[in-house]
Amino acid sequence: MEWEVVIGLEIHTQLNTKTKIFSAAATAYGADPNTQACAVDLGLPGVLPVLNKEAVAKAAMFGLAVDATINDGSVFDRKNYFYPDLPKGYQISQLAIPIVEHGKLEIALEDGSTKVVGITRAHLEEDAGKSLHEDFDGMTGIDLNRAGTPLIEIVSEPEMSSAKEAVAYMKKIHSIVQYLGICDGNMQEGSFRCDANVSVRRKGEMELGTRTETKNLNSFRFVERAINYEIERQIDVIESGGRVVQETRLYDADDDSTRTMRTKEEANDYRYFPDPDLLPVKLDADLLVQLQEQLPELPDVKQKRFCNQYGLNNDDAEQISASRDMADYFEQVVKYANGEAKMAVNWVSGELSGALNQNNLEIGQTQVSAERLAQLISRISDNTISGKIAKEVFQAMWSSDKTADQVIEEKGLQQILDIGELEAIVDKVVGENPKQAEQYLSGKDKVFGFFVGKVMQITKGKANPAQVNELLKSKLV
Amino acid sequence: MHKLTVAQQAKALAAKEFSSEELVNHYIQRIESHDEQLNSFVTFTPEQAIENAKQADVRGKQGGILNGIPIALKDIFCTDGVKTSCASRMLDNFIAPYDAAVVTKLNQAGAVSLGKTNMDEFAMGSSSESSFYGVVKNPWDTERVPGGSSGGSAAAVAARLAPASMGTDTGGSIRQPAAFCGITGLKPTYGRVSRYGMIAYASSLDQGGSFGITSEDCAYMLQAIAGHDARDSTSVDQPVPDYVAGLNRSIKGLRIGLPEEFFQEGLDAGIAEKIQQACDVLKSLGCEIKPISLPNAKLAIAAYYVIAPAECSSNLSRFDGVRYGYRCENPKGLEDMYLRSRSEGLGEEVKRRIMVGAYALSAGYYDAYYLKAQKIRRLISEDYRAAFNQVDAVLSPTTPTTAFKVNEKSNDPITMYLSDIYTIGVNLAGLPGISLPVGFQQNLPVGMQLVSNYFEEQTLLNLGHQYQQQTDHHLQMPKEFE
Repeated sequence: MEWEVVIGLEIHTQLNTKTKIFSAAATAYGADPNTQACAVDLGLPGVLPVLNKEAVAKAAMFGLAVDATINDGSVFDRKNYFYPDLPKGYQISQLAIPIVEHGKLEIALEDGSTKVVGITRAHLEEDAGKSLHEDFDGMTGIDLNRAGTPLIEIVSEPEMSSAKEAVAYMKKIHSIVQYLGICDGNMQEGSFRCDANVSVRRKGEMELGTRTETKNLNSFRFVERAINYEIERQIDVIESGGRVVQETRLYDADDDSTRTMRTKEEANDYRYFPDPDLLPVKLDADLLVQLQEQLPELPDVKQKRFCNQYGLNNDDAEQISASRDMADYFEQVVKYANGEAKMAVNWVSGELSGALNQNNLEIGQTQVSAERLAQLISRISDNTISGKIAKEVFQAMWSSDKTADQVIEEKGLQQILDIGELEAIVDKVVGENPKQAEQYLSGKDKVFGFFVGKVMQITKGKANPAQVNELLKSKLV
Repeated sequence: MHKLTVAQQAKALAAKEFSSEELVNHYIQRIESHDEQLNSFVTFTPEQAIENAKQADVRGKQGGILNGIPIALKDIFCTDGVKTSCASRMLDNFIAPYDAAVVTKLNQAGAVSLGKTNMDEFAMGSSSESSFYGVVKNPWDTERVPGGSSGGSAAAVAARLAPASMGTDTGGSIRQPAAFCGITGLKPTYGRVSRYGMIAYASSLDQGGSFGITSEDCAYMLQAIAGHDARDSTSVDQPVPDYVAGLNRSIKGLRIGLPEEFFQEGLDAGIAEKIQQACDVLKSLGCEIKPISLPNAKLAIAAYYVIAPAECSSNLSRFDGVRYGYRCENPKGLEDMYLRSRSEGLGEEVKRRIMVGAYALSAGYYDAYYLKAQKIRRLISEDYRAAFNQVDAVLSPTTPTTAFKVNEKSNDPITMYLSDIYTIGVNLAGLPGISLPVGFQQNLPVGMQLVSNYFEEQTLLNLGHQYQQQTDHHLQMPKEFE
């Protein structure tokens, strides 16, 4: 039996405004509980919400980036339900008229083709607080610092057909919101998280299967695993004669499975209605023009430009343009390293990214500036050092503020370029190992590596690999 | 001193005939000796009042328009450091860390608060019987209700326990008690006065306003409280005219419409007669009286009792026992805490409206109730719009009957709701309205309502003032409180 999978994502993106969407309290992450919650966030009686214009501008900017309609006169509604971390007993959201509608996004598929995923809508809303179930001895602590943090909920059309596609879509959105500078993209802190709607149907069936919604997935890996688990689970249910139940599920990262949170019957009736405390959102006449002017080069465009301008292949271009800061850094390196784009990509996404990850740093916090990295790359391309030695130099640069040249000089890492000196070493190695020479000559090509290794051992890696190969080939005849 | 109006007291203070401290002290004594009969105050703050009066005396002529004038605040306006209960057990322990915008403005104008007045719980009611702190009595007949929901503020002014007071009006909650208590009450245009810090009942209808002995006093109060406030998104950024200066304009040539729908069955004949006499006074002042029609007026109560409960069901969700307010003893879990805190903390009428509102908003009923009610609301607004193409003000009784007896209607919510028939449409349309005393029917005050176009409070105050120059109904005082 062949199955078809239908996936739609709802991505909650926290907007990085200084203050909350309806109050003047700060939004910074990590403050002591309830120190960033004012009377409005606490839902005290009599206080009123006032819309943060920066949040509106940021939501509209997202709309522009995904080719969407931006509604003038979007309406805030109240979504009513009781929960201790929801101070007013309702969440201010947008239901009937969201600020952004009818967008689209192109994603790259594994087979190299592309696919356009529709974005149904993106609406503004306020985040809830957090319930802390540990540390309170059977009681629950409430932290309202997050309450009122602005969010856009980005809702896709149910147009993705595998977990991989869903992840590609989510990564693309993640990249765009960071490019736009409207979200810090920090998934661990919950700035970017998603709910996955998944259903399956037999290939050829017209009607959609019953869907489940898996909530609060805060890593790409979890999204992929949760969706794959859900697909398998739903197919199992149907194949064993059961029916998929419409419900909300939770993903458990510990045993990599999803479980029921609440069924449709238990679902809230949110009793949405327009919030009488807020007026429809009027967009200033020139806001969209201004935002359009501020719109940065987006990842897709940048990727294509990198291919054309620097001759990168698609994969490299995609990888390096996924983050705007990384792409900017890359372009700096290329500039200082006289156009060594391929090497720049390898170094930025290789050694540099590795070092950043290891130290849990963002590109903006790098220990090695683009200019310093560019000099290192130049020393490889002018044959002062080999690529292998360069890695050693990079490590030394990372833990100091020395330039590549200073490190090479201090450690005497310049390659041996004197052909006579190197020839003497090669002769010695060949002479001292007649048995291996015989093996090589009798057809065991692998033994060639043994000789290269020996030469490198004696030269401490400073021999130019190409020269060594050439000399060995001329001697082993 | 208590027979003087706010305007007269302001002049006397300016002329140093007496000090604010003396004036405030006088009212403190009156409250102490008379309020036991009325139960019009729930929180009385004499020490703070004296302190503020002394400061007002120091400010002297540098003070604002109400400098040194004592007032009372409906217990729905948050006051920094003084309990704000909304007459509910739910908020019996609630002290706001902020002042309502109206309170800030009154402080800036130099007014001195005597305390917080009793009301229907969360402003839901037309009789001030649903308060957690007990029933408020009408000073004209203490077996009768003062009207509601701002009954405490109205009774206090009628008994001269304060020269002026603040109320809120969601469906008639200023105008109806003003009528029942024989004083002047003004509900401004929706958006004219900031709702910040005013505990919400039905956000799209609630509006703060004032009670005074005279229309002139209401002009003084409105001058102090009107204006744009960035903290309330529904507050309108529109210049505030000089209301006091506008009082003396001639009303000659003003056109006044009598909606035929408001003079039909259900209206007490004695009240109809008083209204007719008032019309004659206005006519003698040069006003043109003509019949008009508000064809959808009869739908107002039905629409109101969907919209107001719908909004209240959501507005009152925050009272959940989690962060402040009443929490039940020994909750067995979250649901038990919600259930019992709200069941025990909220009164019957409040719970009734929450239930009605939640039902009207629920899936499958929303279109039939809430959306339908909103359509009616638009029709009612259009009726008034059409009327104001022909007239400058719409005149009617404020209420179909005079003050009813305590407990007479408290077990019959529908009859109670019908007592707001003339006032509710004004809230649905967001228009300003005033109630003026126009005489007595069996020793109980009768009120007349005037409604004008948006932001034309000055027309109402002007009409009221000119009418009150010719009459003395507003100067009558209940004997026991002279």
